Amino acid sequence: MGYTLNFDAVWRSFDLLLAGLALGLALAFAAILLGCVIGLVTAFALLAKSRMARMPAGLYVTIIRNTPILVLILFTYFALPELGIRLGKIESFILTLAIYSGAYLAEVFRGGLLAIPPGLREAGLAIGLTEMQIRTSIIVPLMIRNVLPSLGSTIISLFKDTSLAAAIAVPELTFEARKINVETFRVIETWIVASLMYVATCTALAAIMRKVEQRLTVPR
Amino acid sequence: MPDHLLEIEDLHKSFGETEVLKGVDFTMDKGDVVSVIGSSGSGKTTLLRCINMLEEFEGGTIRIEGEVIGYTTAGGHRRRKPEKEIARQRALTGMAFQQFNLFPHMSAIDNVTLGLIKVKKLPKEEARAVAMRWLDRVGLGERAGHYPGQLSGGQQQRVAIARAIAMNPHLMLFDEVTSALDPELVNEVLQVIRSLAEDGMSMLLVTHEMRFAHEVSDIVVFMNDGVIAEMGNPREIFPNPSTRRLAEFLKTSSFN
Ligand SMILES: Nc1ncnc2c1ncn2[C@@H]1O[C@H](COP(=O)(O)OP(=O)(O)OP(=O)(O)O)[C@@H](O)[C@H]1O
Ligand SMILES: [Mg+2]
Repeated sequence: MGYTLNFDAVWRSFDLLLAGLALGLALAFAAILLGCVIGLVTAFALLAKSRMARMPAGLYVTIIRNTPILVLILFTYFALPELGIRLGKIESFILTLAIYSGAYLAEVFRGGLLAIPPGLREAGLAIGLTEMQIRTSIIVPLMIRNVLPSLGSTIISLFKDTSLAAAIAVPELTFEARKINVETFRVIETWIVASLMYVATCTALAAIMRKVEQRLTVPR
Repeated sequence: MPDHLLEIEDLHKSFGETEVLKGVDFTMDKGDVVSVIGSSGSGKTTLLRCINMLEEFEGGTIRIEGEVIGYTTAGGHRRRKPEKEIARQRALTGMAFQQFNLFPHMSAIDNVTLGLIKVKKLPKEEARAVAMRWLDRVGLGERAGHYPGQLSGGQQQRVAIARAIAMNPHLMLFDEVTSALDPELVNEVLQVIRSLAEDGMSMLLVTHEMRFAHEVSDIVVFMNDGVIAEMGNPREIFPNPSTRRLAEFLKTSSFN
């Protein structure tokens, strides 16, 4: 026994952890933005009349949702260059997380779209709106309101997934923590601080999502 | 000879194997108020929905002011018009639905201005002025900022009517607009329709309110099993129906 906690070494490198956290947030943010676009297009394709649209969308969702994300990350980073597609670590990770989140968001959005009464689209058509105008002014805004609660938890879990970028040496929080751990041997201290940083960030994200939800709630 | 406002020729419509409209012929002119009555499943809603292309139809033609709706026929081939063209034609008519179908995330006035801005391309301020005029007209000027969820069924339906009429359609289609309402809210909506009729608005309305149909319509159309079984002035055909089906239908419909 006799292990005394000493956080000095961790505090000395705290700015590294902060930078790692910031990078993780940036990765998640970029991936989610891209993922939302992919997810939205896929969700509409999943609900399309034409089989030619539904088939590839369904295939994409099935494949991605049934492959571990770590495998996807390693595949994009190590296997794609073999096929002549060379990406930097960060680009590679963002792309992977975007494709991964796109499949999950597609399912979330699909549920949100199904909950919209078809009469609203018809009311839009009846006043002369085009399908595209109906999507942008009516369907998507309502869908977003429908999915906000699950969108919040998806965003948080995607942020946590950025820790997997450590596997390809992207210097985000987990990667930096491991480095400090190796350099200082302050195992417990380092991981306690890193964990608390994740917890605090996720809690803050949840609070922000709740605020957004409140703002977008339609008065009744 | 000027074109009729609405001219329907031999309209056929099926859902899969089931033929729902079996050759409907009908014309009405500007300013006419026409009620469509008939038992459940006779095809009234489907007829209205074909007129604004919410349903596709396989046979026959519909013309509004002489313009063929929805399809072009060239070299014996019938093709659906491009979506932009159909959207423009849909704006020739306005429709009010049984379930109101207001956009729930928009205030009453935004529901009305949406089409004015996106379809009519009016500047925002002008759109708001037009919308306010119509909300006042249906008695809801003071509720312009309310969301659908904050309005009663009758109020929502009046906003929905204002939303349709503000687009300045040449023909208004009403599909059982009072059927989803509590009885005490029916009158405020009928009153709005009555006053629009008095102003000379051309309208085609599906209704189960026989007394109202009798009172406001120039013509009543009785649909039975996918065809128009009888039509005429309600003051003539209600007391003296010439088909047995209409006589039976009138007997089972309440006049209250
Ligand atoms: N989308 C659809 N798919 C299949 N069948 C349909 C569809 N819409 C309507 N029908 C059928 O077409 C027939 C006519 O329906 P429609 O809604 O036009 O009747 P209606 O006269 O308006 O009846 P109601 O008074 O009950 O409103 C009915 O038998 C109905 O079941
Ligand atoms: Mg009906």
